[in-house]
Amino acid sequence: MVRWLSNWLSLTPQCEWVAYSMVGLFQAAILLALVMTAVAVATWAERKIAGRIQDRLGPTRVGGRFGWLQPVADGLKLLTKEDLIPANADSILFRLAPYLSFAPVFAVFLALPFSEGWVAHRLNSAAFFVLAVLGLEVFGIILAGYASGSKWALLGAMREAAQVVSYEVPLAFSAMLPIVLAGTLDLVAIGEAQKGWFWNWFVFHDPFTFIAFWIYVTCAVAGTNRAPFDLAEAESELVAGFHTEYSGFRWSVFYMGEYAAMAAVSGLGVVLFLGGWNGPVPLVDWLGLTSEAGAITGFFGQLLGSINFLFKCTIGVVFMIALRWTLPRLRIDQVMSMCWKYCFPLVTIVFLGATLWTLFLPDGLLNWGHPKAATREASVVVYSAEDPAR
Amino acid sequence: MMGFDSMAIFFWLFAVVACAGALIVVVSRNIVRAAVGLIVSLFGVAMLFFLAGAEFLGAMQLMIYVGGTVVLLAFGVMLTTRALFLRMSTTADQWLVAILLVFPLTVILIRAALSYSPSHSGRSFIDHPADKSSAALVEPVTVSELGMALLGFRQNGRSSESTTLFHGNQGYLLPFELISVHLLVVLIGAAYLARRGVPETRASADSKSVSDQDIGSTD
Repeated sequence: MVRWLSNWLSLTPQCEWVAYSMVGLFQAAILLALVMTAVAVATWAERKIAGRIQDRLGPTRVGGRFGWLQPVADGLKLLTKEDLIPANADSILFRLAPYLSFAPVFAVFLALPFSEGWVAHRLNSAAFFVLAVLGLEVFGIILAGYASGSKWALLGAMREAAQVVSYEVPLAFSAMLPIVLAGTLDLVAIGEAQKGWFWNWFVFHDPFTFIAFWIYVTCAVAGTNRAPFDLAEAESELVAGFHTEYSGFRWSVFYMGEYAAMAAVSGLGVVLFLGGWNGPVPLVDWLGLTSEAGAITGFFGQLLGSINFLFKCTIGVVFMIALRWTLPRLRIDQVMSMCWKYCFPLVTIVFLGATLWTLFLPDGLLNWGHPKAATREASVVVYSAEDPAR
Repeated sequence: MMGFDSMAIFFWLFAVVACAGALIVVVSRNIVRAAVGLIVSLFGVAMLFFLAGAEFLGAMQLMIYVGGTVVLLAFGVMLTTRALFLRMSTTADQWLVAILLVFPLTVILIRAALSYSPSHSGRSFIDHPADKSSAALVEPVTVSELGMALLGFRQNGRSSESTTLFHGNQGYLLPFELISVHLLVVLIGAAYLARRGVPETRASADSKSVSDQDIGSTD
């Protein structure tokens, strides 16, 4: 794409950075539009689902029948709110914190494949990059809590730090299972390894990955600071936790960060465990919409794949929303023991089990043709046949 | 150098970011602002790694230093300070010691940078100033190659004719194992230090969970 753009603009090689920046900005703009739309829909869904679960109607008035204009009304209200910075606060850090918590979450989408070949930047170690960047979000929240100059905020930030730093460990461990099964850190290759029917998805690969998937779900909910793990903003104890002192637009950046993080962990979970852009039925192959069949048909195949991916992400986000309004909040010691006494030992056992399973039963119990065994063979062959002069 | 490369723009951009962050660390009196400066600096270095095609190293930098160390630093500051915004004052003798330590290091680093010749640079884009396509798309070292190197088998250390390894290119199994043992010692030491003050009879559920959490977060 950079090549094409620089040829089209007839740029000299010295000015190629212009092309790079333009392509980068273009991709970032598309992703930002997508993430913002997802956030708007998710806030509406949150209100609507919360209402239904609590036997209310939720928003009904704004914008016709289902209150679908509610996010716009929310946004306008937040923009017109007074922007307050407490006299006690460290004003530079206070202003910086919301962006520090949103930017890493957004960066996750750069490496997330939406469909076959639809990824902003294909990284060789994409899964690792995503996990690393997701872990940065917590710093913005710590900073917000610290810079607010308020005890509620400080307590909330400390809880958040302890919680997120702890839950990163079982989260990364459970994400290791699909990586081991696919034999690569490349998210695109991990998605391709789950092609075909839904029993090729890594959740259904063996009992261990099935358990690991639910550990991933637990840790992802905890990592995004959602109920029942929302201790950092426990409104019954800490007013609003780390964002007590924030209002207006700065608060809404935190809010966007939270919903974008939900979408990001759902996306990562879908790629790692739920087959990525592959549907439950190999419909794309039946219709012949593969990229080999030509550019246009390949495009429709990719479109179908991205619809698959976004649909599965939506289910993930809706599940997290429903969980928030169903379960009561845990205490901080319960959160900690949940992580270190249950999730972490379980995930290590499961990890060992899954590696042994792939070692002794590489084709599954009933010998259904898993493409994964074939790909691993292939990668070994490629590895040994690689140019040794490198 | 080969003049004005399109990558040089991005290099200078991230280099300036890294240096500005480092400057904030030194100049700022507020310890948390210094931590933010450190994050900016480390982030700039990580971006330089990404630019050079070392994705794994860049992600590692983000995960360990930015996501781990600095978060723990800020966490420690929040737990231990009495007053809300702690200010550090640096005395003149501290400045003196710092300059005495930093000056020789700077000289060594500058000498090393000047004595660097591009022929040693492996597969970086500096090698091919004429071939723009390879300059733009640096082929990164794959993670499997890195993993094999850590297990004692370097892909690029093998000669094309035989399977025996060049001398000095056998990979990094020994350093890898040594670092593992070192980290284990650090973990045990941390657990010991965290539990030392607690009387034996009261070292029960709550204090245990706290020390467990400390162990995990140093990992």
